[in-house]
Amino acid sequence: MPVTDQEIKVLHEKACQLRKDIIDITYWAGGAHIGGAMSMVEILILLYYKYMKIDPKNPTWKERDRMVLSKGHGGVGYAPLLARKGYFDFQDLKEFNKFKSPFGMHLDSLKVKGVDVSTGSLGHGLPMAVGMSLGARVQKQSWLTYCILGDGECNEGSIWEAAMAASHFKLTNLITFVDRNRLMIDGTTEEIMGLEPFVDKWKAFGFVVKEVDGHNFTALADAIESAQKETKAPVVIIANTFKGKGVDFMENNVKWHYGGLDTDLVEKAKASVDRMYEQAINLKK
Amino acid sequence: MTEGLTWTVYDADTMTQSEIYGEVLCRLGEENPRIVGLSADLANSTKIGKFGKKFPDRFFNVGIAEQNLFGVAAGLAKTGLIPFVSTMAAFTAMRGAEQVRTDICYQNLNCKIIATHAGTSFGSAGTTHHCTEDLAIMRSFANMTVIAPADGIETAKAVKACVDYPGPVYIRIGRGFEPKFYENEEYDFQIGKAIEVNPGTDITLICCGVTVLQAAEAAKFLKENDDLSVRVLNMHTIKPLDEEAVMAAVTDTRRIITFEDHTILGGLGSAVADVIAASGKGCAFSKVGIPDCYCIVGYPEDLCSHYKLDTDGIIDKVREVMKMDFEEADDWEDEV
Repeated sequence: MPVTDQEIKVLHEKACQLRKDIIDITYWAGGAHIGGAMSMVEILILLYYKYMKIDPKNPTWKERDRMVLSKGHGGVGYAPLLARKGYFDFQDLKEFNKFKSPFGMHLDSLKVKGVDVSTGSLGHGLPMAVGMSLGARVQKQSWLTYCILGDGECNEGSIWEAAMAASHFKLTNLITFVDRNRLMIDGTTEEIMGLEPFVDKWKAFGFVVKEVDGHNFTALADAIESAQKETKAPVVIIANTFKGKGVDFMENNVKWHYGGLDTDLVEKAKASVDRMYEQAINLKK
Repeated sequence: MTEGLTWTVYDADTMTQSEIYGEVLCRLGEENPRIVGLSADLANSTKIGKFGKKFPDRFFNVGIAEQNLFGVAAGLAKTGLIPFVSTMAAFTAMRGAEQVRTDICYQNLNCKIIATHAGTSFGSAGTTHHCTEDLAIMRSFANMTVIAPADGIETAKAVKACVDYPGPVYIRIGRGFEPKFYENEEYDFQIGKAIEVNPGTDITLICCGVTVLQAAEAAKFLKENDDLSVRVLNMHTIKPLDEEAVMAAVTDTRRIITFEDHTILGGLGSAVADVIAASGKGCAFSKVGIPDCYCIVGYPEDLCSHYKLDTDGIIDKVREVMKMDFEEADDWEDEV
């Protein structure tokens, strides 16, 4: 089912809320990986509000779809989404990164409901997602595994070991995203360790590649639906995004991989997110 | 589920540790559909390939990619399966260490790692293929259980026992040409419980893996020739360590030597030393293993002799430690 205009309006509202939540948690925590959390908002929102088969009241439901946030530093974006979906109380996130908190900046699957896999060390998520997809196959289960990679993370050799395996085992029940925001901690992906020709690399590893605007719900939805129908090879959706998306002073700014916000910046950041939302809604009209 | 298993599917006289492992895993696979197998282009060498041939839909060879191997195993365990993963110890404890620690142990997943070619058992291959660090590395990971079986029979017992033992388990075995110690499976094997293979009151030798046989032979010799009563403990589980057995040895024999096919830093000897030090009890103590160096090249039996882990080396070491006069020198009975 293609995404409708009415759905898109709701998705934009959810995305706007999630971005504001990320800003609040960054403020509460005294600092967080805000840039890469902002860039993957649309991917997460679309999966959790339209496509993923989940039951927040029963987080360990056997037949649920699985999520592996391979770019585990995106925890500050993922945790509020899970809270808003009802896995736990949003106010719990005031403890994010605090002493004895269940919420470290990289989320722990044994402590945070809704988190299928603990991640944080880059290059670990995709191999585990491959294992989960094989696990579904062994047990003749139809659920899907979604995995979100960072583009800088694709410097890790283990990503390509897993990519080889996903294609060798023809894992069509695995849908991988790359949040292609083109920024790492030390600079741009192409300055630090060039990834291009990135699409060709994934193709050479046996993937069906879909390259889309990662902030466009319609484009993302088309890619996901086509990935779900793929029967021959695993699909990777390369989502071209902007780090810090939605907050004008953070967007595409390498300084905002990790940072803190004071009350003044919180206000400015939220005002910017509101402007982004207004613009998106007006464009739809 | 495997409690009280009585079957044997192997002939310990002609089969290696890893061949026995392969057979046992096949049988366990018949009984338990949740068992899956993985290897990294060493299915044949590690003998997990037997399982793979029998259950092709439940076996995954990921190629020469050990980081992916342990990540994939973690993912399979996340879906409720029980992965048995086999490759060489060097590529498990070192190349795959972070995945074992972060993907498997941190999430306390039900993965069973049977690592072959451990210690100096692949001696002629050189340092790249020796693994004299695995016990130290693996026992430092929270949630991990670490086992070094004495021989093929005990490998069978450990593999059977680990299926229903919750959480990650690391079992290190040799290349496959190690002599057998046990005649049959008619003895009590419990993870975390040392086995007294020879009683004694003068000194205790705490051993694991291939050193158990050597120490038992040494104990016989020392009884006959030196009239020494040498206790030999098969400390097959390095973690959780049987602290009671260690403390009983401290109290009863007051002299302890550990023997392991592993560096003397961080393995069995260090685990035993931790217990003795924390107890505040005085005890003559020595660790024998590979010193702080990379093991030389050679056949395992020659290396065993070179590093004083064979019967002759053990006899010499016992005589040396028996000469230590600490008992007379101090009021060791006083608790600190």
